[in-house]
Amino acid sequence: MATKENEVEQHLRSEYRYGWTTDIESDTAPPGLNEDIIRLISRKKKEPAFMLEWRLQAYRHWLSMREPDWAHLRIAPIDYQAISYYSAPRTSKNAPKSLDEVDPKLLETYEKLGVPLHERARLAGVAVDAVFDSVSVATTFREKLAEAGVIFCSFSEAVRDYPELVEKYLGTVVPQKDNFFAALNSAVFSDGSFVYVPKGVRCPMELSTYFRINAQNTGQFERTLIIADEGAYVSYLEGCTAPQRDENQLHAAVVELIAEKDAEIKYSTVQNWYPGDEEGRGGIYNFVTKRGDARGDNSKITWTQVETGSAITWKYPSCILRGDNSVGEFYSVALTNNYQQADTGTKMIHMGKNTRSTIVSKGISAGKGQNAYRGLVRITPTATGARNYTQCDSLLIGDECGAHTFPYVEVRNPTAVLEHEATTSKISEDQLFYLMQRGISEEDATNMIVNGFCKDVFRTLPMEFAVEAQNLLAVSLEGAVG
Amino acid sequence: MLKIDNLHARVEDKEILRGLNLEVKPGEVHAIMGPNGSGKSTLSNVLAGRDGYEITAGSVRYLDKDLLEMAPEERAREGVFLAFQYPVEIPGVNNVYLLKAGLNAMRAHRGEEELDAADFLMLVREKMKLMQMDESFLKRGVNEGFSGGEKKRNEILQMLVLEPKLCILDETDSGLDIDALKVVSQGVNASRAADRAIVMITHYQRLLNYVEPDFVHVLYQGRIIKSGDKSLALELEERGYEWVVQEAAA
Repeated sequence: MATKENEVEQHLRSEYRYGWTTDIESDTAPPGLNEDIIRLISRKKKEPAFMLEWRLQAYRHWLSMREPDWAHLRIAPIDYQAISYYSAPRTSKNAPKSLDEVDPKLLETYEKLGVPLHERARLAGVAVDAVFDSVSVATTFREKLAEAGVIFCSFSEAVRDYPELVEKYLGTVVPQKDNFFAALNSAVFSDGSFVYVPKGVRCPMELSTYFRINAQNTGQFERTLIIADEGAYVSYLEGCTAPQRDENQLHAAVVELIAEKDAEIKYSTVQNWYPGDEEGRGGIYNFVTKRGDARGDNSKITWTQVETGSAITWKYPSCILRGDNSVGEFYSVALTNNYQQADTGTKMIHMGKNTRSTIVSKGISAGKGQNAYRGLVRITPTATGARNYTQCDSLLIGDECGAHTFPYVEVRNPTAVLEHEATTSKISEDQLFYLMQRGISEEDATNMIVNGFCKDVFRTLPMEFAVEAQNLLAVSLEGAVG
Repeated sequence: MLKIDNLHARVEDKEILRGLNLEVKPGEVHAIMGPNGSGKSTLSNVLAGRDGYEITAGSVRYLDKDLLEMAPEERAREGVFLAFQYPVEIPGVNNVYLLKAGLNAMRAHRGEEELDAADFLMLVREKMKLMQMDESFLKRGVNEGFSGGEKKRNEILQMLVLEPKLCILDETDSGLDIDALKVVSQGVNASRAADRAIVMITHYQRLLNYVEPDFVHVLYQGRIIKSGDKSLALELEERGYEWVVQEAAA
């Protein structure tokens, strides 16, 4: 037993694999938040007047708001005046026109992250809009997408090049005043992705963005907007890693999805930000607002997330099922190890007739991790014939962790049919011993059991992401069994 | 192959094995019988290396190594196989995936390359035929929703695929109807080989009608109190254990 415990400790101490920083001069605004900083951000990005006005409105409202405190989380106070709200890699005169012009150090960073833009992206058929700190530095496959009429670019570019689309859709799903973090994001958002798939177009490839937080003390405030017009289809992948830091880094993203009539959006996330060390120091604060509006009849929105990183995760990707027969799906794996905390789940708001939603949530807690599922299913009076199926499973590894389930149900239409299943289980000694008796190491056995537990979610991920997700769980769980 | 010498083992404060001796040579089939609480399952668990048992005295040599020093997965890779009395369910993990992972772990241990997917499937299908299991079984979760009989057949299938040197069957016959018992016996008989030993732990004689043992042992209060050939099993079936106990006490 003694040797076993030592091994566990060793594994638990294995350092975050992606923990380093790239030494690039940053063009960084002084810490602090006020209207001048917002004007600076807007000016740096050469935004049209409406955008600055929108940001300022959000900021003024944010000043009157308070941080939410209802989540099952313990959060150290955040000093919003100590954060720098703008940082851009310094480029000479013009922005790079091709990869050759991109700072080699930056490309190296992507290599370490496993995103060789010019090789793997092409091989995998994935277009990558890479966000380095706050400014997009490279976008590939733009031409091929343009042929199909798909717009896939950084949010800043969209504001400049397609202001009418941005103005039409921005904030229509997540209003500026939606919540504290969404308001903050609306005021200071740095960059993100913009996707528009026109009527009847099936996007010819998976769209993917890798986010990376780099400069110290720089909060990251992405803003992503994805629109699938009538009959369109798009699958979008988001994956993140962040370098190791001592101080907590704030991350407050907003993602808005809009599916028009007969359109479908699939949004998949593998999140692997720095979770903090084994004492719970450092790590990313991940406060995200993600919401999809299944606006048109027969539209469909699917969220799939694999959350293994961050010190704190506060995230509820939601669907507003407005169109008749629209469908919302949420598949989630959330893993907390060491001192990580996650409060995550979804909201399914049924408004249209015969709307259907499916929720499959798999929470894994190890070490001293705390994992909460929080979900709301709301059936409004207009949602005749609505159906929901919720399955919510928790897996505990060790006896110092916690799993919590907070399901909320509001039904205002008597024709609704709702099902809810929930289980909590532990990885048992019996299961481990059984697999070890077949020659499998304890670590592989644990991974096998955990991956089996998550299977219903993994199979909704695109293939390359599913593999990545399994590896990620293996890395995140290293030695969590004792 | 296996030499157990004066083995004492306890669970918490209770001594279960109290000076057990047993020698098993390659090619032999041994049956260990005994009343409830005699230490049968403890013996199989101790041999396979399950946590929670304290060895207080004695030794177990396996292929000239100290078996008790080895980790459970190491024992498995060295060819010790335990067919579980109560196989656990592992939801979401395919049977075929477990078989492959297990086989490759053994092969890696022997310095062999992984079997390629086609050869592996051919091997598994052949063994499945013997165990009368259909294709759909491969994609099901390990023991997930299996009937008692299916679980036991699955244990023997794993044994056939992994080709261990020492097979320990812990009450593999319990809970089987007669048809399932025949299939399971078929699998066990197919495993008999000159370089492989089989130790069957059982309550009942009926398995021994199908798998004929070379030796039969009576385990009582943590010790083997009588050994004989297969006729001993028949006698036990007829007369019970009491006479053996009394004979040993005399």
